[in-house]
Amino acid sequence: MVTYVFLAAAALAVIFAILAVVPRNPMTNVLSLVVLFFAMAAVFAILGMDFLAAIQVIVYSGAILVLFLFVIMLLNVRKVEPFGSGRRWQALIGTLVAAGIGGMILVIAGLLLPEQGSVLPGVAEIGTAVPIGKALLSTHLFAFEFITLLLVAAIVGAVYLGRREER
Amino acid sequence: MWAELVVVGVKLAFVLAVMLTTVPIMVWVERRGSALIQDRLGPNRVGPFGLLQPVIDVVKLLTKENLRPEGVQTFLYLLAPAIAIAISLSTFIAVPFARDSGLSVFGQPVDGFIVAPNLNIGVLYIFAIASLAVYPVVLAGWSSNNKFALYGGIRASAQAVSYELAMTIAVVGVLMAAGSLHLQQIVDAQTGTWLGTLPRWNVFPQLLGAVTFIVAVFAETNRLPFDLPEAEAELVAGYHTEYSSMGFAAFYMSEYLHMIVGASLITVLFFGGWNLPWIDIPFDGWAGALLSMGVFAAKVAFFMWFFVWVRWTLPRFRYDQLMALGWKVMIPLATLNFLWVAVGLALGYF
Repeated sequence: MVTYVFLAAAALAVIFAILAVVPRNPMTNVLSLVVLFFAMAAVFAILGMDFLAAIQVIVYSGAILVLFLFVIMLLNVRKVEPFGSGRRWQALIGTLVAAGIGGMILVIAGLLLPEQGSVLPGVAEIGTAVPIGKALLSTHLFAFEFITLLLVAAIVGAVYLGRREER
Repeated sequence: MWAELVVVGVKLAFVLAVMLTTVPIMVWVERRGSALIQDRLGPNRVGPFGLLQPVIDVVKLLTKENLRPEGVQTFLYLLAPAIAIAISLSTFIAVPFARDSGLSVFGQPVDGFIVAPNLNIGVLYIFAIASLAVYPVVLAGWSSNNKFALYGGIRASAQAVSYELAMTIAVVGVLMAAGSLHLQQIVDAQTGTWLGTLPRWNVFPQLLGAVTFIVAVFAETNRLPFDLPEAEAELVAGYHTEYSSMGFAAFYMSEYLHMIVGASLITVLFFGGWNLPWIDIPFDGWAGALLSMGVFAAKVAFFMWFFVWVRWTLPRFRYDQLMALGWKVMIPLATLNFLWVAVGLALGYF
């Protein structure tokens, strides 16, 4: 049962990842991303990481992609350049990187699967609210605070760039 | 396995039936309530007190021609109202409607009539689904090929993101006080009284949080005074300008469903859920469960009336006022509430 749900979610994720890049209508791209994030949330939920699943939807689908939509609608972008119309070497490097990452995942999955079954052990416990909160405020406190600082710097930079010219 | 499916199915059917019945009743309350507030009669011809007016309205909407203007992006245009209904109906599965009195049917626990009782992150689930409610609005605005609809969509997206921040920060205080993300446990934490005088409801220590949350809920449900996405004085009908017949009805229905979710969340998070003030619910078993459900329904009904009351009392905000209120007033107030709860918890006040 769980395996079938996972396969369905994985298939959806792959299909909508492609739909997020290929079509020329920017609205279709963003909406495919929404479905993609839902499929990823489903995978998290299957692994027992309910907190991560909800946060995935809240942060990405609920906030970031809404901003994408806002920009698309504000600029009224009706069509984007067709897929693959950029520079040749960019496409080449992109394909190589994607193939490399895909190959790496396959190798890792191949190494792990026979010994540890379909779900990695100990994964479910780290994906719920309490362990994540504890880890962020103890083990990874420095990284957490540093990211906060980085975000503040980014906000200040954005405000500086976006300010009105004094006349 | 079968007992589990039957119990969940019955709960789901029950919740759906209640929600879908509440919508036409609320439409009637809205129209009669607005008439009461504006000192006129309102619909009073069809049935006693005009109670059958919503039925006639539905028949009218169903039999109207479903007009599809030229130049719309057909797929998204048809998808938008469907998503609106789907999203607003799927938020209810984590709401606790009654006390968990340890009842069971066919060996399956009833768990306060929550459809999905094992969802430990109930609050986050509701916020995750509710945060998607802006998509149908945006999609309708974009696909309609109409500048007023497009403006409505743009406004909706900016408004939703701005007020979601204040809403989330306001809820953090409640979650900290309860120490749980499960709505039933949040309600349980509000049982009893402080020093025998004040009910242990979150609204008393966290008044700021409650106020910001209620204001943010008004903004998220696109109700007056924050109904900028469909401001009829400026944008015809905003994002649903180009929808007729059941397409329009779907948006209309989802607005009322969002109101029910909003009122339920206000009740559960800040006003003690199914708790009676000062009195413990006296009965055990089914009587207690049904009585607690009645208390919950009464509180939700009050907040639904509050929605109607505010809508017909306050004028609409200007768009820059809306944004300024969201970013410069609501978020600082919610943060203040959050700090107060953190300090209060650390000093052991509650």
